[in-house]
Amino acid sequence: MTASRDLPKLAAVLAIGVFAFLPMARLPAFYDSFLYLIFFWISLSTSWALLSGFAGYFSLGHAAFFGAGMYTTAVLTTKFEVPFLLTLPVAAVLPALLAVGIGAVVFRLRRLRGELFALLTLAVTFVIATIILNTPIDGGGGVFMSAVPMPRILGSPSSTLYVLGFGMCLLTLAIAWKVAHSRLGMGLFAIHDDEDVAEAKGVPTFRYKLAAFALSAGIAGAVGGVHAMYVGFITVAGTFELTVPLYVVLMSVIGGSRSWFGPAIGAAFITTLLYAFISGGEAMVGRAIVGLILILSILWLPDGLVPAVKKWRARRGALMPRKPVADVAPIVPAAKPVGERALLQVRGASKRFGGLQALSDVDLDVREGEILGLVGPNGSGKTTLINVISGFYPLSGGTITVDGAEIGRVAAHDIARRGVARTYQIPRPFVNMTVLENVILAATFGGPTRRAAENRDEALHWIGFTGLAGKENVLPAGLNLHERKFLELARALAAKPKLLLLDEVLSGLNPAEVDNAIRLVRAIRAQGATIVFVEHLMRAVVELSDRIAVLNEGRLFALGLPREVMRDPRVVSIYLGKAYAA
Amino acid sequence: MPSATLLGQALISGVLAGGLYGLLAMGLSLSWGLLRLVNLSHFALAFLAAYLVYELGTNYHVEPWWSAAMIVPAMFAIGTAQHWLFDKFQVNELASLLITFSFAVILEVAIQLYWTADFRRYETEYSTRSIKAGPFYIPVLELTLCLVAAVLAWGTWLWLRRTYVGKALRAAAEDPGIAAAYGVDHKKLAYLLSGIGAAYAGIAGTFIALIATLAPAQIWTYLGVVFAVVIIGRLGNPMGALLAGMLVGASESLAQAVLSPAWSPVVSFSILIVILLWDPEWL
Repeated sequence: MTASRDLPKLAAVLAIGVFAFLPMARLPAFYDSFLYLIFFWISLSTSWALLSGFAGYFSLGHAAFFGAGMYTTAVLTTKFEVPFLLTLPVAAVLPALLAVGIGAVVFRLRRLRGELFALLTLAVTFVIATIILNTPIDGGGGVFMSAVPMPRILGSPSSTLYVLGFGMCLLTLAIAWKVAHSRLGMGLFAIHDDEDVAEAKGVPTFRYKLAAFALSAGIAGAVGGVHAMYVGFITVAGTFELTVPLYVVLMSVIGGSRSWFGPAIGAAFITTLLYAFISGGEAMVGRAIVGLILILSILWLPDGLVPAVKKWRARRGALMPRKPVADVAPIVPAAKPVGERALLQVRGASKRFGGLQALSDVDLDVREGEILGLVGPNGSGKTTLINVISGFYPLSGGTITVDGAEIGRVAAHDIARRGVARTYQIPRPFVNMTVLENVILAATFGGPTRRAAENRDEALHWIGFTGLAGKENVLPAGLNLHERKFLELARALAAKPKLLLLDEVLSGLNPAEVDNAIRLVRAIRAQGATIVFVEHLMRAVVELSDRIAVLNEGRLFALGLPREVMRDPRVVSIYLGKAYAA
Repeated sequence: MPSATLLGQALISGVLAGGLYGLLAMGLSLSWGLLRLVNLSHFALAFLAAYLVYELGTNYHVEPWWSAAMIVPAMFAIGTAQHWLFDKFQVNELASLLITFSFAVILEVAIQLYWTADFRRYETEYSTRSIKAGPFYIPVLELTLCLVAAVLAWGTWLWLRRTYVGKALRAAAEDPGIAAAYGVDHKKLAYLLSGIGAAYAGIAGTFIALIATLAPAQIWTYLGVVFAVVIIGRLGNPMGALLAGMLVGASESLAQAVLSPAWSPVVSFSILIVILLWDPEWL
């Protein structure tokens, strides 16, 4: 077991050693140059995957950042005589700033769809190319680098470039590995699967996307800076070519853009293939064949090579019996009495969608430790109320405070960090993450700041609590509806919420499952959470609630003890019509 | 500051040039808005049509209108064939973008292998004709293009608004499952629409052959500006696409007259950014 786990590490160390000392072997310059190109494409495609693969925002504008870096180095070395190596940090920072600028505009748009982002970045490439072409940066004639002194890291210029390219490649892979195994990476993967849910679970989506975009563009810029030296003569047409985004996307998609290592595999494969065509004098045909491979791989291998292999190995592993990792039986402490202090205060809350008044002037207090049932006919504004409390929609009017802090217009991830968690009526798990990863994400971003191991323990605790033990490593697609609903609960609980908003957790469950769920909700309250739950199932509402709030047409219609409210003729009439009210 | 006549002429040329943007944008806008497929190969198809018109015209002396009559149905067939692929593999928007991007590259290579990378110019008697209106010149070809584009845009718009087919398509774009439950045969309509989109590329290509100088790499020159037009004109709306095309064309032309020709590519993108920042409901 340990041997097979250490094997990749050993191979990596060995590969790094071999490639690092290769220039000593004094191979012909041809090999230096060929290997440099492989390193170059690995760095470029891996940097692309940081945003586009991890978070799913496909950029077709990688050439813009790469080119900006290239021209930064070209201009600084030729016009200002800055030493080549000193220009590289600048070549990284400028494109990163450019990305932050673009991201600050486009990521603000909530309805920005993936393909719109792809085209916007492509358009940016054209604009930057036009600007560079028409200003003294290039001026249309191109920039010669031949007079720029090459730093003497190793004997020949080609081996110096080789070492620079290799270093860049190692650094990029190290960054990609680090990101993939960090909070940032976890957040980006969640954004990829469902950005709204990620935000509601406490992932600062806007900041994370910006960070990934800046990192991605910065690496591309630095790679461009080195490449300026490699090509020697820089033109706008050659730099901002469409082949850069095409190849970068192709390499990442073939290798697997959601894996930190996938793009490197794809890059090595495609570069070798292209090189074979170019050295055979068939560069054009090579381009067409690369296009064809891209089409075929998207159709038949949409996840890419590395994930496909991983999945195959996981499937083989799944055949072996596995002991559940999490404890199974929840121990339910005695319920604490309901407090006097109002944890949630809703004052004059209104929400409009165009002409539709979904909520108008709702006042509601929920006391600490209370279970409040929220009922009302379809379209009465129950889910909208959940959505404004959890920050999915900003309020149109009024205020909402949780624990004394105003949250009516605060971003959803901030609200999540203040101890508000929610579930979704139709479960919305992160589909590419296992059950355990789903819950760990919620624990990491929703709960207090803890070490990774503690988050994992917390997640396992709640998986056991909700009865999902044994399913830790299953993808959500392998769960039935009942289990998916409980995964929703486990995610909400792992965030250790002060206020838990449950949106129809019981709908679609059979009577035995409902009993089970009711026990769970009681147990949750016993742990000290305050609960607001939307439900249509009256048996559960009456059994669970300390008080019931009835919404009708966006207004608070009635509020009180369960038995009293349900007997109120006005409440009966909005449910069943006036005839039954008497 | 240039004179009023020059500005007026720039405005007219711009609006007329924008007709081509609009015509190219219409097919894209339909498939993106109503089928959720982003077809980057639209431009390559238009240029393939343009090269065919050029080839038939220079080597076989076929009138461009007759060439178009042959090419447009062929393009329709290519469009439906493409859709068959998307349908069979249940391709989503992003994958359709990548696939058609690759398809465009393959077409570009094919064009370059047959017609070489040299610039080609199809000289016809129409290319220099223009009408004089007051102090302004109106080129006949561009005017025809705009009229054709307007008729197509208006016709398509009416078709989508008024007929069952149009309503069914718009319903299917909103929610294919529910539309299917109401008996909308989404698949058949999608084939029809894909064919029509590609046919529009054929029509646009015919005019490109008559108006522009052809080179394989030119396929990509329209990409940025036309996508800006598609988005500004609202996805799925042919009239919007045409009007946005003319708006962008006019702005570019005025920018050329006031600033310098080299700066015009920045214009469409700036309009797009302004619109995106403004974030109106219809986007």
